Amino acid sequence: MAWPPPDSRMAPLLAVEDLLVEFHTRSGTVRALDGVSFDLRHGEMMALVGESGSGKSVTAYAILGILDTAARISGRVVFDGRELLSAGEKAMGAVRGSKLAIIFQNPRTALNPIRPIGKQIADVLARHGNVTAAQAQRLGVEMLAKVRIPDPKRRAAAYPFELSGGMCQRVMIAMALACEPALLIADEPTTGLDITTQAAIMGLIAELVASRNMAMLLITHDLALAAQYCNRIAVMHAGHLVELAPTRLLFATPRHPYTANLIAAAPGEGAGLDRLSAIPGTIPDLRRGDLPACRYSERCERVTPDCRTGPLLRLDTADGRRVACRHPL
Amino acid sequence: MPVLRRLLIALPSVMGVIVVTFLLTRALPGDPAIYFAGPAATQQAIAEIRHAMGFDRSLPAQFVDYVRHLSRGDLGTSLTTGQPVLSELAARLPASAELTLTALVLSVGIALPLGIVAALRPGSPVDHVCRIITTAGVSLPTFFTGLLLVYLFYYLAGVAPAPLGRLDTFSTPPPHYSGFYLVDSLIAGDFVTFRAALGQLLLPSATMAIFSLAPLARITRASMLAALGSEFIRTARASGLGRRRVVCVYALRNALLPVITTLGMVFSFMLGANVLVEKVFAWPGLGSYAVDALIASDYAPVQGFVLAMALLYVMLNLMIDLIYCLLDPRVRLDA
Repeated sequence: MAWPPPDSRMAPLLAVEDLLVEFHTRSGTVRALDGVSFDLRHGEMMALVGESGSGKSVTAYAILGILDTAARISGRVVFDGRELLSAGEKAMGAVRGSKLAIIFQNPRTALNPIRPIGKQIADVLARHGNVTAAQAQRLGVEMLAKVRIPDPKRRAAAYPFELSGGMCQRVMIAMALACEPALLIADEPTTGLDITTQAAIMGLIAELVASRNMAMLLITHDLALAAQYCNRIAVMHAGHLVELAPTRLLFATPRHPYTANLIAAAPGEGAGLDRLSAIPGTIPDLRRGDLPACRYSERCERVTPDCRTGPLLRLDTADGRRVACRHPL
Repeated sequence: MPVLRRLLIALPSVMGVIVVTFLLTRALPGDPAIYFAGPAATQQAIAEIRHAMGFDRSLPAQFVDYVRHLSRGDLGTSLTTGQPVLSELAARLPASAELTLTALVLSVGIALPLGIVAALRPGSPVDHVCRIITTAGVSLPTFFTGLLLVYLFYYLAGVAPAPLGRLDTFSTPPPHYSGFYLVDSLIAGDFVTFRAALGQLLLPSATMAIFSLAPLARITRASMLAALGSEFIRTARASGLGRRRVVCVYALRNALLPVITTLGMVFSFMLGANVLVEKVFAWPGLGSYAVDALIASDYAPVQGFVLAMALLYVMLNLMIDLIYCLLDPRVRLDA
């Protein structure tokens, strides 16, 4: 079957609607995600940015269905015309790793330490493709070559501890792309790598994604990185998607105060370190019973009383932007 | 040959054991010459016996003598039985080995599945059963568990045979191949003896299994939980790998590493627990032999026993290391 099917061209590849995730823990209910909605078209590269604890990875794990069993999830995740949240574990197993793949941060610990890397890639191929073990092994070596690992045949027998962090991330990429997915989620793929390797890895991912006409959801806290590779950026804060806009517009005219502050806080060209402005406060404790309607209101300079009490307003504008703020810039 | 090197490294500890057991047995209270001479012996007779045994010479001289005999494979002669210690140990080793190995198979066979299921479903009934068993297992001393089992299954229920050694009085031992009654009776095709031997073996091996179950089940549960929560399991799940593959290949193989380490320790504990269990069940093994010799101040068998245990322990550790190498590519034997 040709991928993607011709008739699905118009519909978005991934539609996340009103996603809500809660974790029931001993110290209270963590409202990790609340009303997160976004679309992703075929072949599109979109970024999910925000500081630690803003819910970026939880969003990714919820889409993949690999959240902890303590998580309560509601909303809709439609991928390739199929609702995933209501799909059973068996159906999800067939989607994960084949049409929907993910690359994690810290590649060294994300790989099985006592299994040769070639075998780990072959495991994924054997699971999803109709191939024999020997074919899977051979295809795995081919994948290693595609992510430019030198001497792939010999390296296939290596263990993660014998490879550098950058090499391990290449292995992760080979594993994720082995079954030609339609969507790749890259969850901070360069975190934990040294700075020169970061650029090479990101370049490799973007190149492979573009050459296969895949869609990518890049999760990062690095606005500059997101701007470099993605046409649209979604900004998250404390489990809310606060702003979603085409990259150029987001930087030119940020509408949400958090986005504006985030851009001001990022080191840019020519800007000295003394001109960086920090965002006051921290992400609120998501276990709190009295979370304000707008979770940024306690850090916001434009706050009014109705920001805390009234429902959070999500405005869609004509130029394809969305902002969750009562008093946008 | 890394294995050979590894054996050579163990040599100093074996030599240390030889020195320590020699000194320890000499430091024990009781005079073997008095014991051997009997209650009616005169001072002169005792002195003569002491001289004949070489106990009147200096310690270093006795030690040199001991080592010289040892190098010829001569562990000395038991004063109480008059038999060479080496042949007695060899005759009794299979009894102890059969008991210990059966207990080990039993406890691994129960502890591993129990720990795995408990880790897969934390808080489930199986998890609680696992916790109760492990707590009970460590808090009950082996001789007590043994007596309790005898009381319950022999005295009250009457389903177990009398705790009187490896075979009841109506059976004859199978022909000697390995010294393991279960194996030998199967080789001989004698299923009646096999059943009789198995019946005798069940309670003592269960006693030792209950004792060794606890640490194994607990470490299996803990390391399985840790493995299941690790990042590479998340990767495996995100790649769509089936539950069986994730649990059995990705999680279990990683979780087995600490289990193997614990297994080595448990096995050496069992060598010690053997002594008590063998006494309770009148098992003709190494442990009861050593206890009898110790009470009689019979030096040679005690020394032979401790030496045999030390060698067994060295071999065991080597085996654990080898298994570890097979399981974990990060461990190298020659490193």
